[in-house]
Amino acid sequence: MADTARDPPPEQTDFQELEDGEDLFPEPAAAPESGPASLPAEDVSTNSNGPKQDSLFDDDPEDLFAEATEEVSLDSPERDVLLSDGPSPAITPITPPTSVITPRIESLTVPVSLQIEEEEGGDSFDIHIAVSDPEKVGEFSGTFWHLRDKQDSSGTSLSVFKQGEFSVKRRFSDFLGLHSKLASKYLHVGYIVPPAPEKSIVGMTKVKVGKEDQSSNEFVEKRRSALERYLMRTVKHPVLLKDPDVLQFLESSELPRAVSTQALSSAGLLRMVNKAADAVNKMTIKMNESDAWFEEKQQQFENLDIQLRKLHASVESLVCHRKELSVNTALFAKSAAMLGNSEDHTALSRALSQLAEVEEKIDQLHQDQANADFYLFSELLGDYVRLITAVKGVFDHRMKTWQKWQDSQMLLQKKREAEAKLQFTNKPDKLQQAKDEIKELEGKVQQGERDFEQISKTIRKEVSRFEKERVKDFKSVIIKYLESLVQTQQQLIKYWEAFLPEAKAIS
Amino acid sequence: HLPHSTHTLGTRSVSVDLNNDASLLIDIPDALCERDKVKFTVHTKTTLSAFQKPEFSVPRQHEDFIWLHDTLVETEDYAGLIIPPAPPKPDFESPREKMHKLGEGEATMTKEEYNKMKQELEAEYLAVFKKTVQVHEIFLQRLSSHAILSKDRNFQIFLEYDQDLSVRRKNAKEMFGGFFKNMVKTADEVIISGIKEVDDFFEQEKTFLLDYYSKIKDSTAKAEKMTRSHKNVADDYIHISATLNTLSADDSTFYLRLYKVEGRVASDQELKLTELLRYYMRDIQAAKDLLYRRARALADYEHSNKALDKARLKSKDVPQAEEHQQQCLQKFDKLSESGKRELTSFKGRRVVAFRKNLIEMAELEIKHAKNNVTLLQGCIDLLKSN
Repeated sequence: MADTARDPPPEQTDFQELEDGEDLFPEPAAAPESGPASLPAEDVSTNSNGPKQDSLFDDDPEDLFAEATEEVSLDSPERDVLLSDGPSPAITPITPPTSVITPRIESLTVPVSLQIEEEEGGDSFDIHIAVSDPEKVGEFSGTFWHLRDKQDSSGTSLSVFKQGEFSVKRRFSDFLGLHSKLASKYLHVGYIVPPAPEKSIVGMTKVKVGKEDQSSNEFVEKRRSALERYLMRTVKHPVLLKDPDVLQFLESSELPRAVSTQALSSAGLLRMVNKAADAVNKMTIKMNESDAWFEEKQQQFENLDIQLRKLHASVESLVCHRKELSVNTALFAKSAAMLGNSEDHTALSRALSQLAEVEEKIDQLHQDQANADFYLFSELLGDYVRLITAVKGVFDHRMKTWQKWQDSQMLLQKKREAEAKLQFTNKPDKLQQAKDEIKELEGKVQQGERDFEQISKTIRKEVSRFEKERVKDFKSVIIKYLESLVQTQQQLIKYWEAFLPEAKAIS
Repeated sequence: HLPHSTHTLGTRSVSVDLNNDASLLIDIPDALCERDKVKFTVHTKTTLSAFQKPEFSVPRQHEDFIWLHDTLVETEDYAGLIIPPAPPKPDFESPREKMHKLGEGEATMTKEEYNKMKQELEAEYLAVFKKTVQVHEIFLQRLSSHAILSKDRNFQIFLEYDQDLSVRRKNAKEMFGGFFKNMVKTADEVIISGIKEVDDFFEQEKTFLLDYYSKIKDSTAKAEKMTRSHKNVADDYIHISATLNTLSADDSTFYLRLYKVEGRVASDQELKLTELLRYYMRDIQAAKDLLYRRARALADYEHSNKALDKARLKSKDVPQAEEHQQQCLQKFDKLSESGKRELTSFKGRRVVAFRKNLIEMAELEIKHAKNNVTLLQGCIDLLKSN
């Protein structure tokens, strides 16, 4: 969405302050009530959840929605945001995806410690964001995601957030709206804005229809997890964190409905970015790259893109095969049970039945492992594939910025030549006009150069931050994944060790 | 590029208590694989005078084994015995197909990935190879440990004849034409269940074997599918490890080893569980064949009775009818007596084999899981310490 037609908004001049991380940057379009909304603590979700990670998933939804029927009081504060939709609907809670997924994925909140300005060793925040339990509201096709933030700032004058813990409800389109706003503000100046999760028509329709089967539960969990990761990435970004749209998103009880983004999903956005990138390429910008760093980095990201996509495909295949293994193990277990029944030797019959039970348990292990494969590993890779696309987009914007600067320079050159010619004619008006135009263009050229230097500087910073984050991210996820594998293996040991005496008992 | 020979294999627990009698010891110490035709070296050590030498080896092909099996099945005298199931034809189809696919996909893989996949495939070839040697060996050992079958003349020829057997084989085929074998294949279930059984033992056996056969057939198929899935997972790990390797040096190492372990678990499970089930499926078929032959003998006896009654009515050819009836009765009694013995020892054999296999399988699973834990924990510690 960062097209050149739009003039760089006034924020450009505030860049310096932005980087020092002190000022909130003025948001021209935001409504006055944006920014830290006044959300009295009492309106907050009725449970104050402690820092315990797993309880977050359990407590709140139960309390709010457990007996949700027509009796739900429409006056209660949490319902405010729902009322804005119109006629009072019956609230149909979607039961949170349970046994299939929950136990294995331990932490739904990811503690984040932010450092706004690293050099100054400045403020650090702890932000826990959990996205949980979507609920469906009436016919207005609103699935509301329950957002819970728990923050405690540690002694700083900069209070970006209100302290304590509160929750808000957001629709999927709100997330998309947030992303599109951030993208339009930051992408074209070189910030790597995390892409929003994909819209998937098929999955969502199933959920709306109220079809409660395994696959729709899985879809809900997949989306929930993706939204959570998206938000965490966004708030981890020191600049984005302080954006008023982000603050409003996290804190306001009510958000103006992001109508305009309904048509524009993350995929759509990326398509536009890519189209812009393609247009750039088509112009065959032969940029005189004076900075080898950029050339190198671009190549690196190109390679990284290829490898990540490959890896993602392999992991998706792994998930698929492991699910197959689970199915086949279950089938075998049933067959072994039948065989055990048919066996007339008593001890052997018992052993075969035990074998069937072990295999059944192993089947469950495979299922859980497949989920870990997916939610930990595969989704992470998918996120990074999309992130790399955003990174590549940012590089392309730099090229465009350069081009713009060059264009201004060329135009200035032309105008200067024209002016020189006019010197010899007797047309004082035209001469003056030419001089004025030149003055303006000189300004533009200077601005163009500044813009280019700025975006280059920003990108360098962003890329370095991105690389650090990537390494950290991968490391933490891989450790979690390995730990899940260890658990699986330890369970296997338990099961087989329990089986062994049964086998030995055959006589 | 194919593994050529293999020496003595590990535990052969599909059928236990074989090859214990020093008077006739048989094994297949060596085998050669030439373009998917396997040549087995059958090695015999004996103290029996029936043989010309105390120790000798001969080369044999799979078809020779089939010939031997068929002649035994066709021998009337052995009708009351469970003839050990013929070894299945060596089947390299699966690894061969995979090798072909690998060749096609070579361009899309890194050199390292390709080499790893190739290694895996070679291991698979080797596993198929080992399996087929094992199953051929067991066939011979079942014969050598059987009181009656070990004395069979054709068996001795098989062990000893130092020329190519294929000439003899052709002659045999012309003689027997596989007639009896085909008959057995077609209607055995119907015949067996249709017979009015007077003997409790056989009544029970019949019920049991028919049911058990269908169950074990199903279990075998499901076990095979399970093992194949396991192999697919192992293959995925190979690709993953190769890509991780390309991406970064640190976190690739564990996957490299993990895939080996996953792959090994898959092939161990295969050897133990699936082979066990597969073998006994065929063995039960052999037991059913015995029931079938007995059922036919009973039918023959009943017919001969009717014929005798008819003859007596007509007062014609009575002595022949009486003799015929006596023969049928004798045959039937012989089959019943021998059959009872065979089926009882079969059950014992089966229980022992299952026990051994299940124990070994559980122990292997535990061993591999423990290895995995150590491996994984090591990687986790390494990553955390950085």
